[in-house]
Order: sequence, then structure tokens, then C-alpha cells
Amino acid sequence: MRKFFGSLAIALALICVSLEAHADDTLFADLGGKPGINLIVTKATANFLADKRIAATFDQTNMVRFKAKLAEQLCAVSDGPCKYTGHSMAAAHKGLHLTNADFDALVEDLQNALDAAGVPFRVQNRLLARLAPMQKDVVTR
Amino acid sequence: MNCRLPTVIVTILSLFADSSTAYAKEKPRPRDWADSARLLATSGVSQVEGAAGGGLAPWAVITGYGSRDSIGGNLHATYIRLPDFSLRSGGIAVGLFNRLELSYTRQTFDTGETGPKLGLPSNYTFNQDIYGAKLRLLGDLVYDQDTWLPQISVGLQYKKNDRGSLVRALGATSDHGTDYYVSATKLFLAQSLLVNATLRETKANQFGLLGFGGPRHNNYSTQFEGSAALLLSRNLAVGAEYRTKPDNLNFARENNAWDLFGAWFINKHLSATVAYVDLGSIALQSKQRGLYLSLQSGF
Repeated sequence: MRKFFGSLAIALALICVSLEAHADDTLFADLGGKPGINLIVTKATANFLADKRIAATFDQTNMVRFKAKLAEQLCAVSDGPCKYTGHSMAAAHKGLHLTNADFDALVEDLQNALDAAGVPFRVQNRLLARLAPMQKDVVTR
Repeated sequence: MNCRLPTVIVTILSLFADSSTAYAKEKPRPRDWADSARLLATSGVSQVEGAAGGGLAPWAVITGYGSRDSIGGNLHATYIRLPDFSLRSGGIAVGLFNRLELSYTRQTFDTGETGPKLGLPSNYTFNQDIYGAKLRLLGDLVYDQDTWLPQISVGLQYKKNDRGSLVRALGATSDHGTDYYVSATKLFLAQSLLVNATLRETKANQFGLLGFGGPRHNNYSTQFEGSAALLLSRNLAVGAEYRTKPDNLNFARENNAWDLFGAWFINKHLSATVAYVDLGSIALQSKQRGLYLSLQSGF
């Protein structure tokens, strides 16, 4: 009996440790890997351009390049096999006078895209938690 | 833990930076005074005294959906059906620049058929006006995902009971009083979990409905209120709360309260909360547990 419970305890400890270790590493996989991220990016971009609150900020944007860079971003932030090669946040947003309302509008458009791409709510929140701290460098108004 | 900080917006604006000059020459965008910008559910619901929070406890969040450049506000109506009493409340609240919250709530405690057991007429009501103010000191519930720091607010609730002579006859020292509180609320977004802890200095008996202070204890006492909520979807949260209460009067004991709740955020203009609440013994009637229903409408 003691041996049984001892082995069970060790097994549970190992399972817990392995769950802990993998908890963040699988966000890329939970988003659907590269195909999933491409789907998210396509839908999110369509949402941004259709959103009256922030659509004007894309008037001068090369959307083909934008979608490629966005996919790179989401892959990198979710611990996928990509490297983000864009500008730093502070540099990119300097002088653009974005507000918290602009930031929140974009988050909602991204949430809608994640819903449409079939990403579960709890997985969405894991991604948003990694993006949220960027608010302090992005929002300058 | 991964520390890399790329972002969707960085990507958009890194491409945009080259033509930022062109954009900067356009007219500045007009300010939207009622932008309803904050994310759904992130300002909680209206707690029983009218502050933004859960059902029983005020939270550090500022009511409404206005961003820090905007205002928000709402009306709420709450009904609590207990075995021997009912409690109705209704009120209005405004949130200013995600910084200051002001609220007014009127509570009605209806003794129904229990009135005569207490030597009162049937359907005798105790009413209370509650004027609330809350100030966010620091932190942002949603954005602060890279720190342990919670959003922290301080608040007060000035309460005035309309049954002065009766509550004094029951042993209360006063028919009015002010509660002071500090709330720390943290959203662990990666776990879809919100937790809140509130400390309240109060003399109120049964939230103030039976006056303030009494023969057992006539000074301020420190009470604790905790909430935990799990976000199930953008529209749905479930949770539990626990609120300790003073026990100042001799004629009847007062217990701590708890609830289990479900909040449905239909959209930014309407939410509905259903809870099972246990308020313990009230005015000698024990086991006052029942249904809590609340609606909030605003922007």
C-alpha cells in the first residue's frame, strides 16, 4: 500500500512538473502553429481596416508587408520558431499620439479574429497577456 | 518565463513610421468624451452599496467603460429575495477618466410579513441613501500583466438611514455613518482569473440598514471582503465572495456574508448578475439565504 501511494505521489509530481514546464511553450501550438497564425492575421487585418475607430491609422500602410510582419510577431511572442525583425515599440509609436481607446479597439478586433479562427478563450487570454504590457510604449497620448 | 515583448501594434506602426510625417500633418483626431473603450466585463458590476465591484464587495475598478480620456456611467437595480426579508436597491454611478467614481444608491430593506414578529407593521421598510466616491490610486487591471502590482483604489460610502428613532431604539448609536475602504484588484489574464481584496473601516449594522454602532462595539472595526472570479468567455464570469461584518448590536447577532455569482455581460450597455447569497442572521431571523438578481445598464 505504501509503495503504491509512494509511486502515485512521484508520478503526480512528475506530471505536475511537466505540465508546468510545457504551460507556456505550447502557446504557439495552441494558436495553430504557422497556419493558425496566418488565419488569425488575415482575419485581424480585415477587422482593423473595417474598424472606423482605427482604420485611418492604416491609410499609409503596405498591407502585404504588414500581414507578414504581424505573423512574425505573433509567432515570436508565442514562442514559435520565428524572429521579429521590426522597429522597437517606442520608436515605432513615437509621435503617433495613440490613446488607450485606440489600443483597446485594436485588442477587440484581435479578439474577434481569434474567435473567428476558433482559438479557445483561455488560449486567447494567454496571448493577450503577453501583448498587454506593450501599452506603456505604444500609447503616448 | 518568456520575456520577449513584440506586439501587434508595433508591427502595424513600424510600417507606418516611414509615413508618420504624412499622418502627423492631418487634423488631430477629435476627442470622444464617451468612448466606451474599455474591454467588456473589466469594470465589474454594481455591488450592493452601488460601487463598481462584485455583488458584495467593491473592487478597485472604476465604473463604466470610459477610457482614461473619457467618462462612463450606468444605472443599476438589484433585488435580493430572502426567506424573511427582501432587499431592493437602485442607483446611478459615473466613472470619470478611469480615475474617479461617484455613485448614489437607495436601498430598501422590506420586512414583509416578518414585520409583526419584530413589533412592526407588515411591509415595514428601512431605507438608506448611500453616496459613494472611489479614487483609483495606481495600477491598471488589464494592462499590468507583467507585474504582480494590483490596481489599487480607496473609497468611501456615506450612508444615511431613514429610521433614526427606530434604529436607536434597537441599540444603534447613530442613523448615519461613513465607511472607508481600500481595494486591491488583480487580473491574471493568462489564467483568466480575477481576485480582489478589500479592507473596510465601518460601524454599519447590516450595511447600515439597522443604524451605526451599538452597545457591543461602538468604534470603527476593520472588515475584510474578498472576491475571486473566473472568466469563462468575453461575456461570462463566475465567482465567489466573502464579506465579514461587525456585530455591534445586542438585540440581534450579525454574521459574515458570502455569495456565489454568475455575471453575464450581454454587451457594454447591459449586464445581468445572478447569485446565491447568504447574509446569515438578520434581526433575529436566522439563515437568511436566497437569490440575488441585478441588472446594470450604461456605457
